[in-house]
Amino acid sequence: MGFEEAMKILDQYDEGVPPRTIKDLGCGCGCKDEDSRKKCPRRAVLAVKNLHVSVHGKEVLKGVDLTVRQGEVHVLMGPNGAGKSTLAMAIAGHPAYEISKGTVTLNSKNVLGLEPDERARLGIFLAFQNPQEIDINLGTFLFHLYKARYGKDAKAADFNRDLNASLKALKLDRAFIDRQLNVGFSGGEKKKVEMLQLLLTKPAFAIFDETDSGLDIDALRVVRDAFNKIRGPCLGVILITHLPKHASKMEPDSVHIMMNGAITQTDGPALIDKIEKEGYGEVKLKVV
Amino acid sequence: MGIGSINDDYGEKYGFHVSEKAVFRSPKGLNEEVIRELSAKKGEPRWMLDFRLNAFKIFLVKQMPSWGADLSQIDFDKITYYLKPSEESAKRWEDVPEHIKKTFDRLGVPEAERKFLGGVGAQFESESVYHKLRDDLSEKGVIFTDMDSALKDHPELVKKYLSTLVPTSDNKFAALNSAVWSGGSFIYVPPGVKVEVPLQAYFRINAKNMGQFERTLIIVDKGAEVHYIEGCTAPVYSTDSLHAAVVEVFALEGAKVRYTTIQNWSGDVYNLVTKRAIAHENAIVEWVDGNLGSRTTMKYPSVVLKGANSRADVLSIAFAGRGQHQDAGAKIIHLAPGTTSRIISKSIAKDGGRTSYRGLVKVCEGANSVKASVRCDALLLDDKSRSDTYPTMQVEEEDATVCHEATVGKIGEEQLFYLMQRGLKEEEAMALIVLGFISEFTKALPLEYSIELNKLIELEMEGSVG
Repeated sequence: MGFEEAMKILDQYDEGVPPRTIKDLGCGCGCKDEDSRKKCPRRAVLAVKNLHVSVHGKEVLKGVDLTVRQGEVHVLMGPNGAGKSTLAMAIAGHPAYEISKGTVTLNSKNVLGLEPDERARLGIFLAFQNPQEIDINLGTFLFHLYKARYGKDAKAADFNRDLNASLKALKLDRAFIDRQLNVGFSGGEKKKVEMLQLLLTKPAFAIFDETDSGLDIDALRVVRDAFNKIRGPCLGVILITHLPKHASKMEPDSVHIMMNGAITQTDGPALIDKIEKEGYGEVKLKVV
Repeated sequence: MGIGSINDDYGEKYGFHVSEKAVFRSPKGLNEEVIRELSAKKGEPRWMLDFRLNAFKIFLVKQMPSWGADLSQIDFDKITYYLKPSEESAKRWEDVPEHIKKTFDRLGVPEAERKFLGGVGAQFESESVYHKLRDDLSEKGVIFTDMDSALKDHPELVKKYLSTLVPTSDNKFAALNSAVWSGGSFIYVPPGVKVEVPLQAYFRINAKNMGQFERTLIIVDKGAEVHYIEGCTAPVYSTDSLHAAVVEVFALEGAKVRYTTIQNWSGDVYNLVTKRAIAHENAIVEWVDGNLGSRTTMKYPSVVLKGANSRADVLSIAFAGRGQHQDAGAKIIHLAPGTTSRIISKSIAKDGGRTSYRGLVKVCEGANSVKASVRCDALLLDDKSRSDTYPTMQVEEEDATVCHEATVGKIGEEQLFYLMQRGLKEEEAMALIVLGFISEFTKALPLEYSIELNKLIELEMEGSVG
């Protein structure tokens, strides 16, 4: 069965039901313009406090502190093995990452006891460095994901409208969704699929785990454009990257350097230039 | 939701039964008298009674198959072999007795007929209760009726083909079927006629301890095409029922036939079916075989590739949950040169269920340039469940290309995490992975059925995470 055929059938089921206006689940603060949203007291806060994480018995994170508000973009840089991806996985709730100490809270609610899907439904999205290839129709998968986000009653018509808008933002053809999820996709295509899901689910917080890696210039530009489309007062971002150029183009609010399982330095965008010139080693020396 | 909820849902959807209003019912157990009475009730010719009595003798001496699933619980004396639910098979829904109509209404049969089928047959207990073929198809000479009517109206065709592919002595259950067969579909497609829309038969067991023994005969003449679908359901009882069908499919020169089964018997049915097809020159036979229900299934759709360049395709899935054993597979006999075959088998076991793939690919002497491939993939959803593969390859020609691949896998933790990170609950994520695993099968189904099957799998997966 092709996905488009299935949607046709679903559309028939929906016949006569007007498309539902989907509430902005991003924050739902009700502020009318960007300026007031930026100052909005109801912005969500994702806070990591003194987080210690072990993988296969080895402690990788040794006390990480990081606070991100909705609307802020935080860049996280550091050498390989510093623990950046571990932080991303721990926040998302991967079962192999053991938390020995510390908290991760979303609006003061500790999420560490929650399943990965519960965290996702609270609005935490992780764009993977290596997205899984799964033999399921991409369109079908996206519809499931959409229903998980907006409720079981989400209508095919709503989905189609949002899907088309998201595809357009990524310059993707509708035929794209008739493929199997990431199966045989190029690196760039996989990253676009991650962005597509992000656009479709409008989370409160997104962690990009080297979403820029393995992309050619064009793909990088498309991903960046999409990123610029969704960034705004309703999305808090942790951007893990190795590319200083990419990092500065994202115009972050804060830049953090992670070394050996802890955040060793935090500053404004100027820190990126410093890293580019001096590397992490030099920066670290100055900290010490 | 707990595991028990799977059966609860089956109960609501398929497992209901209507009160029994049979017009005739054989006493339990089987003897010559039962067979004589059955044959007399049907007003059959003498040769058919002889055929039955001969088969009964063979049945008595044939051993139970000991190499497959456990059949030791079957008690042949407790089964009702013939139950006639109504006086005659109707041509209009309005004429079907109310309590039977209610059953098929609930199963969505009239709606499906209206929407996308070219013909519909419905069997309730032992007899066909309804049969209808679209007018344009019957004008082209297509015959789609029940076997009992075919025996009356087209005796020459029945006599020519019946039991020539599955001999009475083939196995104990083929012998049993030959002795007490009742109902089943008869299809004849004249040369060159392509039936574009599927023909479907619904098989329904309603009574307790019932044995359903339909006999299906499909003859697709030269260059003709047809797609036949059968769906099977039964109420949930605590005691066992038996379904032992025999299906014979004849694809003459250049013919193409696809036979699709969605077997969703309730968990108390023994489903022991012999299905065999023969493909003449350039003919194509496709078995699309879905096994979701039943307590025990033993079924190995077979194709004899008799004509040069004929082709066989067997695509099957088996889903075994608690208390279920799906022993299924395929057999392909390459008799002629240039013949090709492909077997794809996908099985899923959970809650201690068991799936077995049992297959045979035989390339006989003289069958040159044969290509055959077998792929069987098993997915185990927990540590309690079991999957086995019993492939047999017999190749008597050196230039044959025969390949066999088998995999057994579990759902990957990383895949599960990926899907859950996107907000899908664990059981939803697992269901999606399972649906992906069987997507080759689903794609071969008419759209309406693939949607229905996806829903079924999702239901099966509900409550599968503790």
